Amino acid sequence: MSQGLGLDKLDQRGAATEATEPPGATPAPSGSRKPGGDVRETLYFALRNPKVVIGSVVVLAFLLLGLLGPLFLKFAPMDYAGPPMAPPSADFPFGTTTFGQDVFAQFVAGLRSTFLVGLLGGGVAAVIGMAIGFVAGYRGGLIDELLNMLTNVVLVIPGFVVLIIINAYLGVRSVPMQALYIGVFSWPWVARAVRAQTLSLRSRDFIDLARLSGVGVGTILRREVAPNMYSYLFMTFVLLFGGSILTAASLDFIGLGPTNAMSLGLMMNQAVQWSALHLGLWWWFIPPGLGITLIVGSLYIMNVGLDEVFNPKLREM
Amino acid sequence: MRGYLARKTVIYGLTFVVAVTLNWLIPRLMPGDPVQRMVARAAVQHPETIAAMTAYYEQTFGLDLPLWQQYLNYWAALFRGDLGTSVWLFPAPVAQVVLDAVPYTLGIMIPAILLSFVVGNSVGAMAARSRWLDNVALPVGYLITAMPYMWLAILLAWGFGVALGWFPVAGGYDFGMVPQWSWAFAGDLLQHWVLPFLSLFLVSLGGWAIGMRNLIIYELESDYANYLSALGAPKRLVRQYAFRNAMLPQITGLALQLGTILGGALVTEIVFAYPGLGKLVLSAIQNQDFFLLQGTLLFVVIGVLLANFVIDIVYVLVDPRTRTGLTGATA
Repeated sequence: MSQGLGLDKLDQRGAATEATEPPGATPAPSGSRKPGGDVRETLYFALRNPKVVIGSVVVLAFLLLGLLGPLFLKFAPMDYAGPPMAPPSADFPFGTTTFGQDVFAQFVAGLRSTFLVGLLGGGVAAVIGMAIGFVAGYRGGLIDELLNMLTNVVLVIPGFVVLIIINAYLGVRSVPMQALYIGVFSWPWVARAVRAQTLSLRSRDFIDLARLSGVGVGTILRREVAPNMYSYLFMTFVLLFGGSILTAASLDFIGLGPTNAMSLGLMMNQAVQWSALHLGLWWWFIPPGLGITLIVGSLYIMNVGLDEVFNPKLREM
Repeated sequence: MRGYLARKTVIYGLTFVVAVTLNWLIPRLMPGDPVQRMVARAAVQHPETIAAMTAYYEQTFGLDLPLWQQYLNYWAALFRGDLGTSVWLFPAPVAQVVLDAVPYTLGIMIPAILLSFVVGNSVGAMAARSRWLDNVALPVGYLITAMPYMWLAILLAWGFGVALGWFPVAGGYDFGMVPQWSWAFAGDLLQHWVLPFLSLFLVSLGGWAIGMRNLIIYELESDYANYLSALGAPKRLVRQYAFRNAMLPQITGLALQLGTILGGALVTEIVFAYPGLGKLVLSAIQNQDFFLLQGTLLFVVIGVLLANFVIDIVYVLVDPRTRTGLTGATA
């Protein structure tokens, strides 16, 4: 669902080596046994990895701007605040639109929707994908067969197209609803990757031991299987987060975005609609796209860094 | 091999049924009534005229039947190649409107996909394990991949179209020209094609490069690569083997990416007002022409399924494991 291929790096490896052990992301079995020391060690290497540090600083900076920015603004995003088509100035740092709306106010409000869509859309997709992947991989048999079929069907359906239909007909007009629908159609690759990993963990000794002790399937999945993939699951969520943002931006740009909120995609939609390109109002259409690019790009780069943190083999290189 | 293709066919068949059903179902869950809207658009006051028009439209679109019959009719019409009648361009059949737009979309999509796949994979293979190239190519690749399709399209249109004036920024051909078989028209067509193509090509490029780089690194760590180097095989040869193995997941990735690239093509067309399917989707949404929207999107779904099938056949050709019944990829 996401256009970022950084995402498929993990998925493709999963697809290529399904049933065998997926590389890189499978941590050492000892990982879950001493969580305290593990966290400290991870933090130690994460803070010394330039990719992780730079990536997270950029993302956090935008997050803070989105959260705190509106408190200091004089105008609401849609207010006719100043002179029309004014270039960036001290009063209007990003200039104004054809109607004299403050582009900076719109940008800051758009950042909020962007993070909300990423968080909710990515979260929904991660929960669905992991649930299906864990169950399919661990239970096997007929359940696996059925869930696999479901995964493959949703995988092949062009999700963007279904989202267009849903948004156009059902009038999805709030950011959380949009995020929910995006999440519902972007989980399949997660399910496949998680299933492949679960499959490889299932036959390990410590899982057998847990089974012998008589605890339920849910507990085994939660306490024995999942902790061994925490690093992988976290990276998956980061990629889903970025993917949801990009999908939402495309939908907003087509004009299927929220009507009661501002978003970065909607800004680009309005800029093109009111011919900002021909009028040369670059300050109207550059910030929203640049914002998305920087946020999503930083997430991807942060993920590469995290890969190195979690996987000592890559770290040494 | 037969088992592999049979499995795929079942999945695609099932997907097709699900997609068609969704396409039929979602509009019927919609609040509001398209017929009422159409009647309202005619702006007549006379109640008898309104009743007659409502009845006429309902019959034309088959909305006066019970639901199950509408569903069956939908399938029957689909197999006749009948996607309904456009409301916006009434009375043009949707199938005709869509078929007129398809060449434009395919014209930018196919070259962009193939070229970005080839170039991206080559760059990625070169960048792997080459520190200098890697340090440049990797961050650039990630940033390009993170760009929203329409933003790059907007930047290109603004830079090369408006500011420099090298290329036209709107339409599939000059508004003053009539489509015909002539050199002048072909040249004009090409000029309008460059920017949408370039934009789609560039966004897809980074992803392939990054994917290939990561896969090559992973392949170079594998046993066969170590064994080959231990035997004293030249680095070039080892990398060639790694490349061929890394190609397989990339081909699977291409199938997975089709839907996304298509979404990218749709928004790119909208930026350039390119007369393909994307513009059709936009017009359909703006004019609330749901029959056109549905027809266009159904056509897109069928296209993606067919392309997936073609990629699967290519996969069988390049991966001998699928032929001998070993499970290569279970995509």
